[in-house]
Amino acid sequence: MSGHHDHSHGHHDHGHDLPFWRKYIFSVDHKMIGCQYTVTALLFLFFGFTLMMIMRWQLAYPGQAIPFIGQYLSKDIAADGVLVGDGYNAFGAMHGTIMVFLAIVPLAVGGFGNYVLPLQVGAPDMAFPKLNMMSYWVYFCGGVTMLTSFFIKGGAAASGWTSYPPLSVFASSGQTVWLLGMVLLITSSLLGSVNFIVTTVQMRAKGLSFFRLPFFVWAQLVTSFLLLLAFPPLEAAGVLQLMDRLAGTSFFMPSGLVFSSEPQTHMSGGGSPLLWQHLFWFLAHPEVYVLILPAMGIVSEVIATNTRKPLWGYKSLVYSVIFLGFMSFIVWAHHMFMTGMGTTLSTFFQATTMVISVPSVIVLTCLILSLYGASIRYNTPMLFALAFLPMFAIGGLTGLPLGLTASDIHLHDTYYVIGHFHYVVAPGTIFAMFAGIYYWFPKVTGRKMSEFLGKLHFWPSFVFINVVFMPMFFQGMAGLLRRQYDQTEQLHGSIAHGLTKMSSYGAWLLALAQLPFIINFFYSMFKGRKVDANPWESTTLEWAAPSPPPHGNFDKTPVVYCGPYEYSVPGKSKDYCPQHVAMEA
Amino acid sequence: MSTTVIPHDLEPHPLTGMYNGKFGIWLFLASEIMLFGALFSTYVLLRVGAPPGQWPAHGSEILNVPLATLNTAVLISSSVTMVMSWAALKMKKFGSAQVWLTITFLCAGAFLVVKYFEYTDKFHHYQVWLNDPMPVGGHEVTTIKGHLTADSPKLECSEKTGAFNIPEYVIITPDGDHGSSGHGEAVRVEGSKIKRISNFGPRHSPYLATYFTMTGLHGLHIVGGMVVILYFMLVGGAIWKRSPEKYTNRIECTGLYWHFVDLVWIFLFPVLYLL
Amino acid sequence: MSHHEMSVEDVKKHVRTYIAVFVALLVFTGITVGVSMLGQNQGWTVTTAVLIALFVASIKGSLVACYFMHLISEKSMLFGILALCAFFFLVLLLIPVITVSDNVGVH
Ligand code: HEM
Ligand SMILES: [Cu+2]
Repeated sequence: MSGHHDHSHGHHDHGHDLPFWRKYIFSVDHKMIGCQYTVTALLFLFFGFTLMMIMRWQLAYPGQAIPFIGQYLSKDIAADGVLVGDGYNAFGAMHGTIMVFLAIVPLAVGGFGNYVLPLQVGAPDMAFPKLNMMSYWVYFCGGVTMLTSFFIKGGAAASGWTSYPPLSVFASSGQTVWLLGMVLLITSSLLGSVNFIVTTVQMRAKGLSFFRLPFFVWAQLVTSFLLLLAFPPLEAAGVLQLMDRLAGTSFFMPSGLVFSSEPQTHMSGGGSPLLWQHLFWFLAHPEVYVLILPAMGIVSEVIATNTRKPLWGYKSLVYSVIFLGFMSFIVWAHHMFMTGMGTTLSTFFQATTMVISVPSVIVLTCLILSLYGASIRYNTPMLFALAFLPMFAIGGLTGLPLGLTASDIHLHDTYYVIGHFHYVVAPGTIFAMFAGIYYWFPKVTGRKMSEFLGKLHFWPSFVFINVVFMPMFFQGMAGLLRRQYDQTEQLHGSIAHGLTKMSSYGAWLLALAQLPFIINFFYSMFKGRKVDANPWESTTLEWAAPSPPPHGNFDKTPVVYCGPYEYSVPGKSKDYCPQHVAMEA
Repeated sequence: MSTTVIPHDLEPHPLTGMYNGKFGIWLFLASEIMLFGALFSTYVLLRVGAPPGQWPAHGSEILNVPLATLNTAVLISSSVTMVMSWAALKMKKFGSAQVWLTITFLCAGAFLVVKYFEYTDKFHHYQVWLNDPMPVGGHEVTTIKGHLTADSPKLECSEKTGAFNIPEYVIITPDGDHGSSGHGEAVRVEGSKIKRISNFGPRHSPYLATYFTMTGLHGLHIVGGMVVILYFMLVGGAIWKRSPEKYTNRIECTGLYWHFVDLVWIFLFPVLYLL
Repeated sequence: MSHHEMSVEDVKKHVRTYIAVFVALLVFTGITVGVSMLGQNQGWTVTTAVLIALFVASIKGSLVACYFMHLISEKSMLFGILALCAFFFLVLLLIPVITVSDNVGVH
């Protein structure tokens, strides 16, 4: 996770002969690329969060100048320090886009996947190292493209992260930049997913059969298939929207459209705005599993290690995650119940949505049962992993009413939705990411992060993130609509607005709670306690490599003798049997 | 640069029967299927949802079927020459492999040239939609398709929408039956009578929008393939000298991609031109 | 079967197949154009025309995939992946258009 290798650790590191730019910038080593992804994604995560902290000021104190930052924002975004409506919309659209496509996916897949997956399958690198480097740089260009849109005339894209037409087709040129950025990001994910699948299938160490793979690898494998098959339709949709914007076509523009009281007779019409929604959600539902599956994978690794027990129901976990991946392709229209979809199809999608909740519950159940009867080590990664379980449960269960057509009529487009999916992605996925960072930091740097600072990070974060998102459920059930610039127009100072303030304060305090993490991260990178190759006494292959692993990863090509979670095997001298160590009979 | 040896870079994996590159290219093609799948879905949805008369009853009303048939033959030929190049490498005949590769490249070029003529033809063909019916060639019509004469004023594009502004008047030679041009006498239509004017470019109608987007994206795939083929035409010798097996594999992967592009066209052709 | 270790004889056999497939593809191209013109003259319904055109295209497509792309001699893993892909392709093709015809706004 760090951008630096300790130079005194340069044993058999052939990478050392490389010039700086080949080693740290245009590196083809999966570990360096993983670090690049992680650092870039964390920066985007922070940026996306900052956008939201500014928006939360406007929601808590509508019409008042933003303290500290307001004066530095451009006039299109904040007039006299007060966030304007267009600025709010642009920030909202960019918050969603950045968080999903530039922060969480690159962190979960690009970062953790790249670093850990080849190690866990016992491979020297990814199957296509140069392609891997390209994925990162295409992602990087996509990110830069997105950011530049803040500086062009008319500002950044402001039609929501969903970019629904016709609005998005009439929007200013920031939307074009958004589309171009998306095409780059999608391309990057596609290249990455090909690499992951080939690496997992073809480069497993000798003896590492599919059912000996760590659950994290399974989660990444299914995720890669989702990226591979669900992303292209959005790429196509992006091309179609570009055509609508630049070539004057009417893919998404219905006949007889009137915009700003002007009939749009210059266009042919005959298009369908719903077509965009179908193509968008065909990607975007699998996308939420892209956000959550790697998180489940990380949490499983951390839980197995810190309970000193095999995961409960490893095979059920694997089959669930495969089934989940498959089902995620046939539930997308539950985002479109309110578009006038007929009852037959609504019922179909309602049914598939209920079905897909079953494997999620199985995963959760297995992980909770894994804790039963264990003597748990409550270290920082484990705390984050444990917190993931109830947070993901809240996020998941609150999704059910959204998947039922009757209750969705009331809840659609309210803050309830915002609360629901943030419980999945923020205290859910982000907590899992933190667990992963604390857990694998010793592998990447050879040093452990401070436990004290880690706990100082965990507890306030856990409290405040609930302060941010819990009120949203109540506000949403009370009917508060999302994507509103000024909620007081709907709330009229009712108690619900008090909840808005509470939520905003939660967000700002949550930011403060990240300080221990940032300090810990940099401090531990240079001054953390040095540890050996396997400080947590884990079983999976990444711990068989030196810390940090040299170029080519393993001193000796590993051979696998047993399943991934052989903890506390009766009759053994140690309470763990690493996969690469032959079991004494 | 490094001493890292990637397993199954050349050796097929027993489970998949493929070396890494080949498995990778197949996965990539799976994603391409979904990419074009979304476009075919667009085509179906827009066509089924269209009111009667908005889509041409048959692609040949607007598009040039003989040229497209020729192009189909050209592309099929390029596919067979591509696979011949690979077969030649398998027989260790590097020279003839490069010849087959060059023919493939030329076929691809020919395909694009034909496509260029098809496209430009569309951009010089116009349609005028009228506010009220008017008599042309003995019939009352609400729309006229044809070519603008030389003395018709030049059309200007609106800065805001990119569409043609309604001109003061146009002089247009209406098409004969079945889209043949040059029939009938030129008619003059006053701007006040015109509701909309467009050439047969992408913005003309959902049908042409689909046509240009799908064939355009397919064309880009052809260009991409040509770049790769050209690369191997130029540096193939060097790779072959270093490792004949590696070069053979690369040509096989390029071929897989190239056949896929051919395969897409095999479906695009009837869907856009013959239905 | 893998192409990894193929004798010159094997390759020559392959080449004969390629040429046969090439001729078949040209013939089918002629057929599809001819049938389409026939259908236009006879005033066939759109459904008939679509079915015939897709049928011929599928034959041509299978020929390319099976012989030029050697799909016919690949292992089952690849078939699994492609079958998955084909299934999602159909879902993507059919569900959106069904929602359009089954929209409450239509009735
Ligand atoms: C932890 C810090 C975060 C906070 C405080 C936060 C807060 C919010 C709020 C209040 C909104 C609603 C804005 C409105 O309706 O006007 C919102 C929207 C959104 N957020 Fe977050 N968020 C956070 C993290 C994330 C993460 C990690 C993701 C994604 C992985 C994410 C994705 C989104 C998306 C996609 C939307 C748009 C929803 C829509 O279109 O209505 N957010 N966020
Ligand atoms: Cu969904």
